[in-house]
Parts: sequence; structure tokens; C-alpha cells
Amino acid sequence: MQYIIKKTGVLLITLILVSMLAFLAFQIIPGDPTTKLLGTEYTPERAAALREELGLNRSIPARYWDWLTAFLTGDMGTSYSYSMAVREVLRGKVAVTAALSILSWLLVTAVSIPLGIALARYKGGRFDRISLSINQILMAIPPFFLGILFTYLFGLLLRWFVPGRFVPFSQSFWGCIGYLFFPALAISIPKIAKVAKLLRSSILHEMNLDYVRTAYSHGNSRWMVIKDHVLRNALLPVVTYLAMSLADIVASSIIVEQVFVLPGLGRLLIASISNRDFPVALCIVVIIAFVVVFMNYLADVVTQYVDPRVRLS
Amino acid sequence: MRKRFLSLVLVVLMTAALCACRGGKSGTEASPGSTGEKINGGEITVGIAADLDTSLDPHVSSSSAGTREVLFNIYEGLVKPDSDGNLIPAVAEAYTVNETADTYTYTLREGVRFHNGNVVTVGDVVYSLSRAAGLDTGAALVSDVSGIAAVEASDDKTVVVTLSAPDTEFNSHMTVAIIPAGSDPDADVVGTGPFRFVSRTPQDSVVLEKFSDYWGVPAILDKVTLKVIPDGQTMVMSLRSGAVDMAERLTTSQIAELSGLNLLEGSSNVVQALYLNNDFAPFSDLRVRQALCYAIDKQAVLDLASDGHGTPVGSSMFPAFGKYFMPELTDYYQPDVEKAKALLAEAGYPNGFTFTITVPSNMPAHVDVAQVLVELLRPIGVTAKINQVEWATWLEEAYRNRKFEATVVGMDAHGLAASDMLARFQSDSGKNFINFSNADYDAVYAQAMATVDEDAQTALFKQCQTILTEQAASVYIQDVASFVALQNDVAGYRYYPLYVMDLATLYRHE
Repeated sequence: MQYIIKKTGVLLITLILVSMLAFLAFQIIPGDPTTKLLGTEYTPERAAALREELGLNRSIPARYWDWLTAFLTGDMGTSYSYSMAVREVLRGKVAVTAALSILSWLLVTAVSIPLGIALARYKGGRFDRISLSINQILMAIPPFFLGILFTYLFGLLLRWFVPGRFVPFSQSFWGCIGYLFFPALAISIPKIAKVAKLLRSSILHEMNLDYVRTAYSHGNSRWMVIKDHVLRNALLPVVTYLAMSLADIVASSIIVEQVFVLPGLGRLLIASISNRDFPVALCIVVIIAFVVVFMNYLADVVTQYVDPRVRLS
Repeated sequence: MRKRFLSLVLVVLMTAALCACRGGKSGTEASPGSTGEKINGGEITVGIAADLDTSLDPHVSSSSAGTREVLFNIYEGLVKPDSDGNLIPAVAEAYTVNETADTYTYTLREGVRFHNGNVVTVGDVVYSLSRAAGLDTGAALVSDVSGIAAVEASDDKTVVVTLSAPDTEFNSHMTVAIIPAGSDPDADVVGTGPFRFVSRTPQDSVVLEKFSDYWGVPAILDKVTLKVIPDGQTMVMSLRSGAVDMAERLTTSQIAELSGLNLLEGSSNVVQALYLNNDFAPFSDLRVRQALCYAIDKQAVLDLASDGHGTPVGSSMFPAFGKYFMPELTDYYQPDVEKAKALLAEAGYPNGFTFTITVPSNMPAHVDVAQVLVELLRPIGVTAKINQVEWATWLEEAYRNRKFEATVVGMDAHGLAASDMLARFQSDSGKNFINFSNADYDAVYAQAMATVDEDAQTALFKQCQTILTEQAASVYIQDVASFVALQNDVAGYRYYPLYVMDLATLYRHE
């Protein structure tokens, strides 16, 4: 219990530090929000009025404090670029990015674990050797490149989907999943390669340990040894990796969304930074930071339940 | 095993061959210009390169041309431009101007309705014009109409606008949107145009629907979705896949990949130039500015940056301005490297100098030209470096703080009044970001604005342009070519001499 409390404390402090740094960073980068808002109609008087209106003429710590207290009570502020609440701007977009990330993560999990076991099972065979070399290549391909490849191959040549089009959940669940499938595939393929390789080496490492020899001496076949004895131990590092890779997947989603023109957080984040729309950018950064930190936290907590040694050290 | 692998390879190869056939076929099917039966109604998706501005307030969001060209479909002024650049009556039916050109009287058209169903009254017009001119606040929202001294309704269909100084071009600024009295366009986007605003999703899309009670020729389409696609390559892909039915302002490299679609060529209606900061050390010398003009061969720029498309210009005016445009200034500086070198030597730079061209990175047309300029300046010993910045940074550093050495951008016009292109070069203008300062220019410009006789005024505006060219205020290059791509079942696109996208004439056909 004490362990969880400690970890929760670290989680909160990390989040506050991230938001503080992000807030500060947006004050430092050149480009004043009022310049972008007024464009070529800029005059010092109108800029001053606008700064007053946006509250930009107050000190940075005061503004940060206001932002933080409002954020904690659920008020995410108002976008500079769109005269709407940040909550309204983000509506629907968080869902798309979340759905894409979760789908990719499920794909990674569903494919890589059986694949990793199979690779270990047939270690040294032709399947293992061919797969490993393909694996090595797939691991190195960035998701956005796979995305471009898929839009050309499956979109423009085979016409399995229309690149640039999207059906929201509210219209058709399966239609939406259909449009998310190829982006999710592009994100998950490099990850699948990584996780399968990790699981394979983790299993092979366990196979050399004493308890495996004992299991063999009881008359178990190689498959039975892997299934009943090795897998539980071998999965531990993989579970940790899978939990933490969700953060990576969210980051990939943001880039792959651009390639497939999905209405997710990605373009909004980039646009809000270049438009100096800090309330929106800050909110997205904090959401993403939360996912990353929270997944790490979850991985820690899960591991210590599975493996009590972690708690003691 | 080996056999199985071989058969797999064969299957893959055959699929590839089939795909190839299919691709070829769709290419021949798509013959441009096939016109079938015009369909009334329907909807299309238009790709736009940048999301609309902050607010859709027509009196405020004048910073980006991309927003104005969409608002053109939603809002109308007392008058509006047609596709030939003439001003045609819109909310007003007719207008008269007094002899001294300082009082304009507008008669409202009967039965013009707002999108909310209300009929436009003189009260709405007085409210809209007062708001735009800032009569209550003292700060004009639309700088073009800051000359309004008073707006009054003389009866229930006549509005009298009094100016603080004579302005013969004032009517061209009456394209200022008419909005319902007392309304806040930030919250309610209500105008009188052929389309009404339905919704927007930031960085994703804007939805417009046909306004069926429109006073004039109604729109043909029922619904238009504007989809935001900032990446040029993604725009090409969306056009090829059919996700987008139309896109404007494409570059030559984009249309090279779009064979099979219906492609149109027109101009962007901007003056693209290497704008020089006249306060920056070498450029403060007239001879240096002229040397740059002699060094830069406009035709070479067009050939290298856009395969020869575009129209060269020689001053701050593009061809769509008709009577004001002076084609004779285009070749004022004949490309001549030796002369350029001599001028540089005379100015004290025999070995050339180094400077930076600041370019907004989201505008490929300007970035490409900047790269060509670097090469063209090399022979005269001038080394130019390119600094790509975000649009927000450009606005702040180059435009507002005037902290730049040179920049490549395009200047567009709000209307077809000569002042739209020339006012900014007055020495004390807040928009004079190149710090051009010339007493002759100021005097001639002021005289032009005060002249009532049309021919005399045109001559004076031409004199202004000639001064800009002779003084080499900047290196004027071209009016950038603009390509439009349409799917083969969409037609009705019309080019305007302004930065306008008219959605009302678009239609689908069989």
C-alpha cells in the first residue's frame, strides 16, 4: 500500500512539473498570440486591448496559478484561435486518437504474443530465421512511412478504403473501425516486431534456467514446458513493455493521423502550437503527458502485484 | 515449401499486374471536360490548405485571405464584386454619390433576408457600418472604412454615409459585410449570402448549407463541406482518392500528379515580390535595390519555380486591376548581370554582400521562388540565405516588428480599388512593413486620393506605381499561377480577379 501511495505522489508531482514546463515553454517561443490573431490588421492599440482581454498582461506565475486551479476544477480555458471552450475544441478528437491508439495496442498484443511464442518454439528453424530477418526490417520502418505506403497500396491502387475520408463512430461503428484499421496497422507493425523479438529472447533466456531442466526431467514436451512453466515468467518484461508502449503508440498516432487525414488530436496539436493557441496546446500536452506517466505508473503497480520482489527492493 | 513460396510470389505478382490494369483503366475513363446533365442539389467536399481564422466575424477576420474567400459565400455588403471584378449591387439596390465625393447614399434592395429569416432593415446597415468603422469605439475594425464620419438612415430604405474626407474609391469598400443589428458574429454567423454557416470542427472541417431564401440566383449545391488539409501531398492523395471533390491554389508540382482530373489554370491575384527592408543597410541604397532588380530575371524565376506558369509584374499591382495595371513596367529592369555588378560597385559593394530571405514555411509558392532567387543572385556576388519561419513568427518578426532583411510573400487586395495595393507604401502607413519612404510618393498618393476626376486619378495612381518601380522599392516578380482541380463530375468553377472562392456556381453533373 505504501508503495502505491509513494508512486501516486510521484505521478502527481510529475504531472505538475510537466504542465509547468509546458506553460513556460509556450511563453518563451517567439510569436505573440495577438500578432497571429490580428494578422495584417495589427496595430499596437488593438494588440494592447486584446492582451488585456486574454489576460496576457499579467505575470507568468499568476497566469500559471489561474490556469492550474481552473484546470483542476475541470475548466480547461478558452481557445485563442477559436472562440470556443477548449473542451469544445477537443470534443470528438480525443475519442479518435484514443480509439486509434487502443486499436493499435490491441493489434500489437494480439499478434506479437502468439508470434513471439511461435518464434521461440521453433527456434533455429527456417520459420524462425526468415521471421527474424523480416522482423529486423519491420522494426526499423517508421509508422508514417508505412502509412504512406498503405494509402498508396490499399487506398489508391486496391481501393479498399478512400484515403482522406473518415466515418465517425456516431455514424457507423464498423465503418469507423474500417477507416482506423490501416492507420492502426501502420502504427502496430514496428511494435509487433519489437514485442515478438522481446518475448522470443525472454522465453529463450528462461529456457536455460534450472527449473526448465527439472520440468523436462518430469517428462514434459518442449511445448508443455513453454506453455505451463516458462511463459508466466517470460511474459513479465513483455507486460511492462506493452504497458509503456501505449505512450509510444499515442505519439505515433498523432503523426499517422496526418497521413490518413483522421480528425484526431494530431493536427490540432501542431496547428495550436504554430498559431500560438496556448490553452489548446497546453491541454493536449497535459493529456498526453498524463497518458505516458499514468501507463508507467500502471506498469509499476501491475508488476509489483505479479512479482512481489519489486515491492521489496 | 519452396514450391509453395514460389506460388505465393506468383500470386503477389499477378495481383500487382491486375492493379496496374485497373489503374490504367480509371485513367482513361477520367477524360476531363465530359459534361453531362447538370444536377440540382447534392453536396461536395472542398479541400482547403489552412483552417479558417479565429473568429468568423467578417469585420475582424481580415488577416487571412483563406478565411475571406470562404466568408464571401456567407456575407455580403451593400455591393459585392462579380467574377469580372465589377462591383454589383447586393444588399443595396442602387447608390448615388455627391459631387465632392464625401457623401454616399444607398437605397436598400427590397426583401433581402438574413439566414435567420429576418428581413434586412436600415437599422442593420447602420449597425454594421458603424461597427466596422468603429464609430462608437473610436477604433475601426475594418481599416478601409475608417474614413466614415457618420452613418444615418434618412428613411426606411435609404442610408446616407458621410465621409471625413473625399474618397472616390469609397464604394469599393462597401463590400463590408451587413450583419443583423446588435448581433455578435463571434457567436452567431449570420449573413445574407447564398450559403449559411452550419458548423465547424477546428482543424478538420467547416460545413455550409444552401440558403434557400437568397435574394439573388441561389446556390446549386445543397451542402458544401470544407475539409482542412494543410499538407500538399495529402491534398493530392485526397483528390486522387476522391475524398475531396475540389481544391484551389495548387502548385505545378501538385497538378503534375493529378492527370485525369479536371484542371483549370488562373492566377492567385497577388503581387509576389522579394520585399526588401528599405531600412536595412545595403538595401537603404537605391543602387543596391536596383542591382537586385537587374540581377533577377523574372522569366527565369517562373521557369524554374513553376514551369513557366504565372504572370510577371513590375510594380505593386496585378493584371486583374485592369486600368491601373501597367504592363510596361514589367520589363523596366532588363536582366543584366554586368549592370547589376557595376551598380553594386558604385554603391561600395564590389564584392557583393550577404543577406537573409525570411519566408513563411507553409507557403510553397514563396519558398520555391526564394530558392531560385538565391541562385540568380549568386552571379553578381550576392549571397542570400533562406530562413524559413512559421506564419505566426513571420507576422510578428517581419510584418509587425519589421525585423527582417528581405522576404518573399504575396500581397493581395481586399477589393479592386488602387488604394488596396498602394496605400501601404506611404511613409507613415502602419502597414508599410518594408519601410519605404519617399516624399514624392506620399505627395502623389495623397493627390490621387483627393482627385475626383477618374482619368486624372488613374494617371496619378499610375505615377505612384512608376515611383515604386523606379525607386526599386522591392523586386517585383509575378502574380502567382493558381491551379484548381475538380473531380470529373463537378463543374461551374469561376475565377475571380480577387482572392475569392465562389461556391454558389458549382454543381455536379452526370
